[in-house]
Amino acid sequence: MTATLTQVDAAPLASVKRRRRVSGRLAVIPLLAFTTIAFGLPALAMLNGAFTVKDQVTGATSYTADNLTTSLRGAYLTALLGSVKLSAVSAGIAAACGLPLAQAVVTSRFRALREAVLTASGVLANFGGVPLAFAFVATLGNSGVLTRHLGLTDKGWDLYSFWGLVIVYLYFLIPLMVLTITPALEGLRVQWREAARNNGATILQYWLHVALPVLAPSLLGGLVLLFGSAFAAYATAAAMVGSSVPLVTLQIADAISGNVLVGQENVALALSLDMVLIAGLVMAVYLPLQRRSARWLA
Amino acid sequence: MARLNLWRWAVLACAALYFLVPLAASVIFTIDVPNRGVTFDAYTQIVGTDGFVSSLLLSLELAAVTIAVVLLLMVPATVALRLGAPKLRPVVEVVCSLPLVVPPIAFVAGIGTVLKWGPEYLSRTPLFQTFVAIQNPSFPVVLVLAYVVMALPFVYRALDAGLRAIDVRTLVEAARSCGANWPQALVRAVLPNLRGALLNASFLTLALVLGEFTVAQLLGFQPFAVWIVNVSGSQAQLSVAVSVLSLLVTWALLLTLAVVGGRSRTTPTAASQE
Repeated sequence: MTATLTQVDAAPLASVKRRRRVSGRLAVIPLLAFTTIAFGLPALAMLNGAFTVKDQVTGATSYTADNLTTSLRGAYLTALLGSVKLSAVSAGIAAACGLPLAQAVVTSRFRALREAVLTASGVLANFGGVPLAFAFVATLGNSGVLTRHLGLTDKGWDLYSFWGLVIVYLYFLIPLMVLTITPALEGLRVQWREAARNNGATILQYWLHVALPVLAPSLLGGLVLLFGSAFAAYATAAAMVGSSVPLVTLQIADAISGNVLVGQENVALALSLDMVLIAGLVMAVYLPLQRRSARWLA
Repeated sequence: MARLNLWRWAVLACAALYFLVPLAASVIFTIDVPNRGVTFDAYTQIVGTDGFVSSLLLSLELAAVTIAVVLLLMVPATVALRLGAPKLRPVVEVVCSLPLVVPPIAFVAGIGTVLKWGPEYLSRTPLFQTFVAIQNPSFPVVLVLAYVVMALPFVYRALDAGLRAIDVRTLVEAARSCGANWPQALVRAVLPNLRGALLNASFLTLALVLGEFTVAQLLGFQPFAVWIVNVSGSQAQLSVAVSVLSLLVTWALLLTLAVVGGRSRTTPTAASQE
């Protein structure tokens, strides 16, 4: 009697568990199938194309590393380095400006101000691309409002240059930094500051020896995220400068749309692979840092 | 303390200056046209301009379909991860983070290569018709495929945060005990509790699709963002006016979301500035 009872009880439980596991897998399958096709195929095509060349005469294809070496030479290398330089400079400035702004907002007593700044950051961090480019063209472009009223052209100002792009990129990078660093700043305990002050530390000492070391992983993570974001940016630059500033995204776009030599499509794919490698490096730095900062601030 | 406050206001004032001046200048640029004085023509012309309605409609349709597809794929998967398949969690996490590693321009380079296989290798197979169909200019399905992939990281994070806040297992078990079947438990018990997360995910996707330029332009389609660039060559005032409006609309949408969803904070995103 007891034996049958336990059997009766155990059987449905096991089958429920099994059924749950099976239905769980079934629910994930569409997602995996979709990404395999929509993401995996293009990724493989890019990888494959980056390593193949097509003979213009015979039409035969062969595997080679030529595209990759070409993509790291001459104008392509200049563009790649230009992108890295632009991203590094604007990410650095944005991190340096975003931290005090976030700190000012976090320590503010006005909830409304906080909410407004964070909502605005959410919009601006996503408001990249085309509208951003046009807002700055209208402001600082050749016939922009500020350019005309302040006579900036005579003073040597040019929006369609390296520093022009930096100023535009800051417009979405600073809000992104504010969004990234705010949770970390909120995690700084008031007690730490009080303890430091009770021990006779000045505000500067508190920041140097307590706050900044705790914030370091989040800061570095934010910096890396901003770099990646600026590095991948295309729409803003394309709508604004055309190709007066060498950027790898613009080079890829030119090569894809056949604006340059025929047969350069695969070099574009090799450049894309270069970009993926750099972006992958960025994420490989960012994710562990994020986890590390979560440990401190939990 | 007073010195600290002074410092804070100085920082906020600088930020306000930097972020508000371009917006104000854009508005001035659109209404104070040289040699014509103050005019609101740029704004009144927008609706009548060639391509405005069709490109905006195309973007909205793409956004609606993308949101539907991404939610249909992600909601069952993330709920299942919570309920019965925790072992698959790292797999899904990696799959949903991969699009962050591939910049949109590299992604579109790959898509372009795949699309070229159609005419090159598959012209005699039924697959060729599929390739043609997904590139139909009046509704390019290929863009939906790309946008769903690009939205995955943000949707995953939004849904995961939403699910973490509720006890899915208890909800489902309670619904099942009351005689609901699986779909009923999901739709009637889980989804209403995920309202905020679903809205958040939908909004992020909407913003991404409306602002997306890279993929659409390089594949040769003309949704909203591509249209603005094309029209800017001939009508500078108009393109700036549309940009200003699109920012205001995005802002309004986000505020609505904050009110409706009852969540004050938005998920930080890094994607759509391309």
